[in-house]
Amino acid sequence: MAVLPVKFTKTKRDKLAQVLWILNWISVVTGAILFSLGLFLKVEINKRKELMAERDIQYVPNMLIAVGLIACGINFLGGKICYDCVDTTKFMRWKLIMLPYIVCTFFFTSCILVGALMCYSMRGELEESLDMGLAVAMRFYKDTDTPGRCFLKRTVDLLQIEFHCCGNNGHRDWLKIQWISNRYLDMTSKEVADRLRSNVEGKYLMDSVPFSCCNVNSPRPCIQSQISNNSAHYNYDHVTEHLNLWTRGCRQALLDHYTYIMQSIGLTVLVIWVFELSVLTGVRYLQTSDGWLLENGFMETARTNLNIIKNLGKCNQIDTANNGDPNINVPCTSKAMYGPDNVPPKQLPVAS
Amino acid sequence: MVLMKMKFPFQKRVKLAQGLWLLSWCATVAGAITFTLGCILKTELRRRGEVMDNTDIHIVPNTLMIVGLASLGINYFAGKIGQDALDAGKFPRWKSLLKPYFAISSFFTVLMLLAVIMSYAMKGSLESSLKVGLRNGIRFYKDTDTPGRCFQKQNIDRLQMEFQCCGNNDFRDWFEVQWISNRYLDFSTKEVKDRIKSNVDGRYLVDGVPFSCCNPSSPRPCIQYHLMNNSAHYNYDYQTEELNIFIRGCREALVNYYMGLMNTIGAGVLSVFLLQASVLVSLRFLQTAMEALAGNENTEIETEGYLLEKGLKETIMEYLDPVLRFLLLKNQVQEGEGPDNTVNI
Repeated sequence: MAVLPVKFTKTKRDKLAQVLWILNWISVVTGAILFSLGLFLKVEINKRKELMAERDIQYVPNMLIAVGLIACGINFLGGKICYDCVDTTKFMRWKLIMLPYIVCTFFFTSCILVGALMCYSMRGELEESLDMGLAVAMRFYKDTDTPGRCFLKRTVDLLQIEFHCCGNNGHRDWLKIQWISNRYLDMTSKEVADRLRSNVEGKYLMDSVPFSCCNVNSPRPCIQSQISNNSAHYNYDHVTEHLNLWTRGCRQALLDHYTYIMQSIGLTVLVIWVFELSVLTGVRYLQTSDGWLLENGFMETARTNLNIIKNLGKCNQIDTANNGDPNINVPCTSKAMYGPDNVPPKQLPVAS
Repeated sequence: MVLMKMKFPFQKRVKLAQGLWLLSWCATVAGAITFTLGCILKTELRRRGEVMDNTDIHIVPNTLMIVGLASLGINYFAGKIGQDALDAGKFPRWKSLLKPYFAISSFFTVLMLLAVIMSYAMKGSLESSLKVGLRNGIRFYKDTDTPGRCFQKQNIDRLQMEFQCCGNNDFRDWFEVQWISNRYLDFSTKEVKDRIKSNVDGRYLVDGVPFSCCNPSSPRPCIQYHLMNNSAHYNYDYQTEELNIFIRGCREALVNYYMGLMNTIGAGVLSVFLLQASVLVSLRFLQTAMEALAGNENTEIETEGYLLEKGLKETIMEYLDPVLRFLLLKNQVQEGEGPDNTVNI
């Protein structure tokens, strides 16, 4: 009982070979697209590397890059095979390789699917990484004199300006940390000394945010300091005022940005996967002489292959049934695969 | 007195025709590129159109777009004529079209050169347009409730952040303008009343700048207000402090940006101009060489080609003559109908 049998005449086979040749070349192009998508994602992640904590998210773009390169190679080989399939003399030299090629391509196609699914699953790790990275960046915002951290202020300011966001979850994150360096605080003044004393850890906390949190669309000049104090500003109510500062948190903004990129890439990779699968099916039909996907049903093929694998070991083991004598000939009961036609060599008659 | 006579044996004629065909296709692509460059420049100028007082500078991208489109047609015909030139049967059908064709193509080629010259020459006009536009933008910064001006604040803020600049000439322009609307000033407080009284026009002026002037590269949190008062901030000296706010003026920043863009585009268009001129020159040589062959049985003899039959001045007069005669004739008829109306013989 063959799986999905289709009758193939000679002309139909030739046409199939030609179509598959073109499709394989298109697949090379899609492989290159996969590669460039992986590269693009890698560049995007590295651009905001300073705002991400150490997490294993590089595996997704690396996987896409590797899969893209391998796709180019496999489909190039597939194109050559299909091109030679039309000519029966040239087809002979590919006969032996075709079955392993199809098996390899099948496993490789599942790698593409895994790559696509990984794009969607990366979100959780990315969120964690951004959360920790942004918290650290905000903590070191004031350390513009410490080597290694001196550009964090600029990075965070430019991030908030570009992505229209403020703080990690919201602008209140800035009220909980000291973002003004001690270098610019007059320790002799009473006000500063009072504030420092009133805080348990001796941090100078203020009711204000950096200038990069200011919303450009606000009709009034930006209110940065004493934002929770209604009486400090004329005609101002901090509860109802939502145009003054950016309300969105930067973690959410960055996450949305990356989710959009990864969803688009994931969708493209899924489409490429379906395409590769169809090309693989065509090549399988081309390989089999009558035109089927599997000679027997799925269960039988699986059972047969399992037996082959089990008996592979048996050839090497000494059979204890023959009283441990290794010289007695144990016939190999394993069904070796004798090429794509599966015809075992003729047994030579033993001269007696 | 013939201009630039050259001898053309048969092989050289064939090579000239082939080269012309190739050149004309390159020039067609170059014409499309010119059109695209014109579109890019126009888009960039329109993006900042709100801070420009007039649209005089738009003549440069408009000319580039017109020239780009025209050169597509010119080079297409140049290719076709070059293809037919070597065929004695097909060439005569182009004969009558060639004189107006050369006139029009020379006109557009010269226009291309003019566009490049204009892009350098109009720097002054652009600068004055920006000066007035930015001054108005800063003046109407506070009018976010006035229809027609409510987006000035957004535009100026975005402009200052993107181009890393502050004010018109520099940040001091903000000290001379009231940029905080009266809606947000508490007129009952003494401080506000004093400030308004101290000013002749009754404006509320501060020595502060909007937040969009703040420089993200500054190591310290941005100081926006009391900029000229050293004692208002700890460890601050306004004369030596360079990193706090952007010190460059927006007019200078925008002029530099646009001149840089126009210089790059001008260099590209100049090379397109040279390509186009070489196409026309080769076509002219091919045409005159083939015309000298007219009527001859043997198509493989050597002929002479030239650029202009008469001198440059005479050729220009020859082209302008019909135009002038048309205009003069109109004038003569009008003169005739004037005082001599009664003469009717």
